[in-house]
Formats: sequence, C-alpha cells, structure tokens
Amino acid sequence: MSTEPQHTPYQKPALEFKSSTFSVPVLIPYTNDLTVIEHQLQQKINQAPEFFRNSPILIDLQELNKQSISLNVAECIELLRRLALLPIGIRGGLHDQNEAALALNIPKISAQQNISHQDTAQKLEKIIPEPEPEPETSEQPSTRIVTNPVRSGQRIYAHGDLIVLSQVSAGSEIMAEGNIHVYGTLRGRALAGIQGNTEARIFCSDLQAELISIAGNYKISEDLDESVRNKPVQIYLNDLALIIQDL
Amino acid sequence: MARIIVVTSGKGGVGKTTTSAAIAMGLAKKGHKTAVIDFDVGLRNLDLVMGCERRVVYDLVNVINGEAALNQALIRDKRCNQLYILPASQTRDKEALTIEGVGKVLEELAKEFKYVVCDSPAGIEKGATLAMYFADDAFVVTNPEVSSVRDSDRMLGILASKSKRAENNEEPIKEYLLLTRYSPDRVKLGEMLSVEDVQEILSLHLLGVIPESKSVLNASNSGIPVILDEKSDAGQAYDDVVARYLGEDRPHRFIDEEKKGLFGKLFRSK
Repeated sequence: MSTEPQHTPYQKPALEFKSSTFSVPVLIPYTNDLTVIEHQLQQKINQAPEFFRNSPILIDLQELNKQSISLNVAECIELLRRLALLPIGIRGGLHDQNEAALALNIPKISAQQNISHQDTAQKLEKIIPEPEPEPETSEQPSTRIVTNPVRSGQRIYAHGDLIVLSQVSAGSEIMAEGNIHVYGTLRGRALAGIQGNTEARIFCSDLQAELISIAGNYKISEDLDESVRNKPVQIYLNDLALIIQDL
Repeated sequence: MARIIVVTSGKGGVGKTTTSAAIAMGLAKKGHKTAVIDFDVGLRNLDLVMGCERRVVYDLVNVINGEAALNQALIRDKRCNQLYILPASQTRDKEALTIEGVGKVLEELAKEFKYVVCDSPAGIEKGATLAMYFADDAFVVTNPEVSSVRDSDRMLGILASKSKRAENNEEPIKEYLLLTRYSPDRVKLGEMLSVEDVQEILSLHLLGVIPESKSVLNASNSGIPVILDEKSDAGQAYDDVVARYLGEDRPHRFIDEEKKGLFGKLFRSK
C-alpha cells in the first residue's frame, strides 16, 4: 500500500491525447443508385489502383440530403469495403443513416460547414483552437534528408520538406507535408503537400515517376507528357491543375 | 570473426543456389574455411547442386530444434576439405525456422568458419528474411530483366531496414550486385537489359557478370559447383567474383559479345 502513492507520481504516462488534422478523401454521392456509383467508382479506382487501395474515405451525404434523396448507408459502406476502400466516417447524414453507419462501426463526423446553431459553432471554435497550437509549436515541421536510395516497397514520410539525395525506385512511395526534392531519378510515387498544402512543390532531376501528387491532385505515369519525362522538372499546383515545368 | 554472406534476390530461378554453391566452393578453394547453409526449408536444393544429397543425415531444422549437434549436421565436401554444407529440411516448412535458432546456429558457425554463405529462398517471407537478418554482406543475384531487377530493389530495401545491423544501427550490410544469365547477344538485340541499365536502376556496386551458359545446367545436374569447371565461361566468371570479393582487382569479362575487344566496348554507341 505504502509504495503505491510513492510510485504513481513518477510513472510516465502510458498515453496521451492530441488533436490532429488530416486530409481524407471525401466521397460525395450525387445519386442513391449504388450500381451507378459502383461503376463510376470502379473506373476511378482503375486509374490509380494503388492510390485507392485501403485508402480511408469519408462519406458525405449533405448534397443528397439537401435534395431529399435517401441513400442506403449500410449498402454503400459494404460497397466501399468491397472496392478495398476503408470508410472511416459519415458526414451530413440523417439520424437513421448515422445509426446505420454506427451499427457498422462507422462514426458520425460533424459537418462543420452546415452547423447553423451559434452555440455549437462557438463550442467548436473553443474546442479546436485550444489543443491545436500546442502540438504545432512543439513539433515544428522539420526537413527530412534521405541519403540512401529509396528502394521498391519502402515508404518515406516527412512532416516538413523531404530531400532525397539518391534515386527513388519504382514501387516506392515518398510523402511529405511540405516540398519534395529528389536529386536522383524519381521512379516511384511522390506525394507532396499530403496534408493539403497546395503551395507544396516537387522538384526532381529526372522525372520517371509512377505517380506525382500535390495536395491530393495527382497524375499517373500514363498521363505524363513525353515532353516532361526524363529531365529535371518542378511540379506545382495552379488552380488545382498540376503544372510540370522544366528546370 | 566470420563474415556472413547472404545470397538473395527476391525473385526465384535467378541463380541463387548456383551462386551460393559456386562462391562457397571458390572461397574454400582459396583456403578459407567456409560453410554454406541452405535456408530453403521445404524446397531443399543446395545439396543436389553440391552433389552431397546422398550424405544428408541431419539438417538445419534438426540443429535449431536441438535434435542434432551442428557438427553432426555439417557435411564435409569431398572435393575441398575447407568446405562444409548445412542442408535444409525437406519435410518441414519455413515456420520451423526461428530467429533465435538461426542466430544460435550462425553464432556457433562463426566461431569455427571464416565465411558462412546463406543460400536464401525466393520471396520476402520468413525464410528469406531470416537468411539475411544476420548478414554482413549481401550478394544480390539479378537477371537482366525488369521483374528480377524490381524484386532485387525490393530486397535491397529490406536489407537496408530489417537486418540486425539496421536494427542495431550498426554499419549497414555491404551490398554487391551479381548479374547472372547475361547474354550480350540478346542485350544487343534489345531483348535483355544491359549491365548499364541494371546498374542505373539499382545503383549498386557490380561484383560480377555471369554469362548465360550451358555449363551451369550441366554443373547443377551433375552436382559439381560450376566454379570447378575451369574451362567454362560461367566458372571463370564466378572465379573472378570470388577474387573481387576478396579484394583482388580483376577487369569485368563476359559483358560484351565474343571477339570484341576493348575498343568495341569503349566506343560502343547506345
């Protein structure tokens, strides 16, 4: 008994709660016809199967419910899972839709834009700013430098900028919340501004990438013009269009 | 202290076992006490290529499980008394291997041997990862074609991140590229990647190029490591590889078509 109170003050906490923001693809259906949704979704996935495989996804029903079109949420979730997507939340759903989602362990995410009640809006304002500044000031985005080749199958994530001094092999993936610089050949996938920073850029000395993406706007290898391949380029976003420019 | 060499590739059928047998024999013939271990539990092949399949009593899994002493399981080669073979079990699968067990066996071997060559199975699963986990050097065996090159690249990533050296933050595994089944004629016809292509993709130190050769198949079938066939091009290429690994400076051969001199090589247009 007597040792316990002595020990507890020195114990390191086993866990900690932090608030953190992520960018997650949001699926906004415009119809409740699941066969049509499946068909068009499959087409999208076929364009970049690796990009979508096991990707988290949020279902946004605001548009549909505005038009009073009711979607069967349970079937929709089942459809997404069948296509190897991982639904992680539902937004803008009606009460019974939220219940149906919850029954499949999919939580309701509050639809911030549509909140009209002032008090809830204030509550949100209060809740969000408080925990946010702390982690951001304590974890300053730092530049990550990689000197070895990034090999097929490896994934590299940088909270700030990412600089790779060697090559990035086909079948690898490099991601950064900031800019990406590759001083070798870029053959793998490069995703800059992965948390939604549209100002992020990708620089590489030899573009042969499988996929390039800035803030979620991506291009696959097949869509890259021959005129930009195999040479030093920079890639940036202009009005949600990826611009690839010679260096 | 012994050097542990893993012969690995990711892809199957590229020549790992042939290479393991050849370099183990090559090192032993140079007077270094060498052991070669077959990690391909369930698909035992090394004993065939080494020509000792009729002398297998105990195997790697027996030693790991404590059913046999290491000395009981090691088979001494009849052609070179510096070479020992530790065969794989054919009746088990790779789940029989444990990291502690493999570590113990290698530690024990390291006391007695100068070089321990680990013949990795194909794939990136347990057998392959255990074969490379304790390695000091890695011979990455690659064929001049895209799928093999990509698999080798994947293997290099695993070597750099999941080995004991990587986990303990020690000096990383030394990686060497061994290009096997190379056919200059077919490279010229554009049917095969060239040495330069492969090196550009993998950016790795080239230890040697082994030409596609009938002598390799003959050697495997008769259980004689191809390095002992001194007249064959593949045998000579492996001899070069062993010499280069041991620090000797030998020029690369078998990269260009026959009867083509140094000038052809230097002034070859792309």
